[in-house]
Amino acid sequence: MPGDMILLFGVNHKTTPLAVREKLAVGNGYEEPLQALRNITGCKECYLLSTCNRVEILVIAQENAQVEEALSTLLFGDSVAPELRHDYLYIHRNNEAVHHLFMVATSLDSMIVGEAQILGQLKEAYRHASEHKCTGPILNKLLHKSFSVAKRVRSETQIGASAVSISYAAVELAKKIFGNLEDKNVLLVGAGEMAELAAEHLVSQGVRKVVVANRTLARAMDLAKRFNGTAVSLDELFSQLEQADIVISSTGAPNIILHKNDVKPIMRARRNEPIFFIDIAVPRDLDPELNDLDNVYLYDIDDLQNVVETNKSERDKEAVKARRIVDEETLKFQNWLDSLAIVPTIAALRKKADDICRSELERTMCRLQHLSPDEQKTIEKMALAISSKLLHDPVSFLKNESCKEQNEIKVEIIRTAFGLVDTN
Amino acid sequence: MMDETSYFLFQAVLAASIMALIFYGIFFVKQKEKIRTIARLTLLTSGILQTLYILLRYLQAGYTPITSQHETIVFFAWSVTWAYLSFRWRYTVKNFGAFISLLVFILLLIAANASRTILPLPPALQSNWLPIHAGISVISYGFLALGFCSGVMYLLQERELKSKRFGYFFTRLPSLDSLDQLNSHCLATGFILFTLGIITGSIWASNAWGTYWHWDPKETWSLITWFLYAAQIHQRFSAGWRGKRAAVMAVIGFAAVLFTLWGVTYLLGGVHSYAR
Repeated sequence: MPGDMILLFGVNHKTTPLAVREKLAVGNGYEEPLQALRNITGCKECYLLSTCNRVEILVIAQENAQVEEALSTLLFGDSVAPELRHDYLYIHRNNEAVHHLFMVATSLDSMIVGEAQILGQLKEAYRHASEHKCTGPILNKLLHKSFSVAKRVRSETQIGASAVSISYAAVELAKKIFGNLEDKNVLLVGAGEMAELAAEHLVSQGVRKVVVANRTLARAMDLAKRFNGTAVSLDELFSQLEQADIVISSTGAPNIILHKNDVKPIMRARRNEPIFFIDIAVPRDLDPELNDLDNVYLYDIDDLQNVVETNKSERDKEAVKARRIVDEETLKFQNWLDSLAIVPTIAALRKKADDICRSELERTMCRLQHLSPDEQKTIEKMALAISSKLLHDPVSFLKNESCKEQNEIKVEIIRTAFGLVDTN
Repeated sequence: MMDETSYFLFQAVLAASIMALIFYGIFFVKQKEKIRTIARLTLLTSGILQTLYILLRYLQAGYTPITSQHETIVFFAWSVTWAYLSFRWRYTVKNFGAFISLLVFILLLIAANASRTILPLPPALQSNWLPIHAGISVISYGFLALGFCSGVMYLLQERELKSKRFGYFFTRLPSLDSLDQLNSHCLATGFILFTLGIITGSIWASNAWGTYWHWDPKETWSLITWFLYAAQIHQRFSAGWRGKRAAVMAVIGFAAVLFTLWGVTYLLGGVHSYAR
């Protein structure tokens, strides 16, 4: 246990452009990368999260450079040259890793703060990891904790309200434009977390068809399957726009992907059927001037947020509250981890005393055959009492709550003083 | 006796239509279903009273009461009311009634201020074609007026959606799509009747004067209005003109209708200027 650390490697929408994220070796599927993670020497527990906006690896491993090297190679594969990786990659250790995981789980790290999709994705990633027997006592505890932190944040703050009301607002607007949504087609451009949420709301309103257009077809297919829709590649965007009524765009593209002049001929081809664009990407995907075209309605994330009138300072206040909860829970988890370092030492100490008692008793009892069983029992009891009384002080020294931060030193002292062999 | 009944009946029509307007107004503000039902019943009552009034006047005058200013406008209001009620029968457009009852009330108010004396029918109008030609034309105006109202509502709602600042009208007005559909239905029905009105008119002209077409100012303006609506229909069904443009066209078309109805009579004169 000592010498092990919690390591979190990741890339997300903030650090890494989509073009790079999509090329990552672990981008698709869980099975292969999890197998590869398990095969890294020194890696005891592992877990992998892969969503449209992030890829993160969480491991419990010996602290050494080889493990980190192996993890970064596994994450990036051949797609990014080793010297460039540090521009994209973030590495968190121990406390920071725990904190980051909690931030992700509570959606404070998401593109749209407060969206609930991420928790589901986290749970699914955990299910994969535990099915492949990759997680152990620490990660099990940590991930379960992250779920409960997310739940706590959701129930104690209003952070979810704004994300939900944004997609609700999108549906309301769509209804004001189209009236009935039942014969309408939805086109998802890019497959972000928020797009999924908005699409879910629209599907619950009974839209006819969902088409997912994405740069990588595999992801598009994954998402399309959820909505019984079809997947197309991003090259087909223009022809798809001729049939779509509601377009939700959330690609990670750095520039605008659809200009006013692109849409003009499309409107002609659509015979001016109204089209509702929802741009929830940051930075924006769609030309703001689209809104000037007849029968084209464009709302970006700010517009939607204005619609639901959640005022920004209110939202920030909730985020601060949520962050405080995350900090608190990180500390609690750290305490648990620290106590974890003491437990094996106490056990070893007790075992050593116990072993000594037993072997000494055995030797003594051979020479005291004349004693009655009752008397023998009394002597045994005495020996155990002595050892446990002797151990009482060192154990309470270890368990002492007041100087937790020195746990490692305390463990070292006791181990050396009592000559405990490292069993790990 | 009949004159008095007629007078009071018209006052009742006026009262019913203002009540309908008030109830629709309250519904517009409060959005309570109960008030909507009351408003509908009041407007229906107003429609029935209007019908009775027109019938009574027919008995009084001995000819279809659609020649004087007062009569024409009452008939116009009657067409608007029943065109609306006929649509209401088929589908609901949220708060459409508020706009319609306002229009009906304004028309009846103008009618109330016009002379109600019954004049002998000029010889030129003593024909069976009078009720057919004038009736169909004014009924078509009723449907075109509905199109106008839906156009105004569309423009109000579209402005809210485009500006992204939602004021008073956003929740109270129906979806753009339903307004556009309403516009399309009113346009189709109104245009067919309008065309029939012109055709019957020209047949009557041929019978009475020997030529189908006079280039009388009223005829010219009817033709201009007809072309405005024809262009709109053509564009809608061939090039997919809809939404804002269609709404603007419905408003412009209705302005042309009003000019044909009144502007021509008072400004330009001509053989159609009986209804003073």
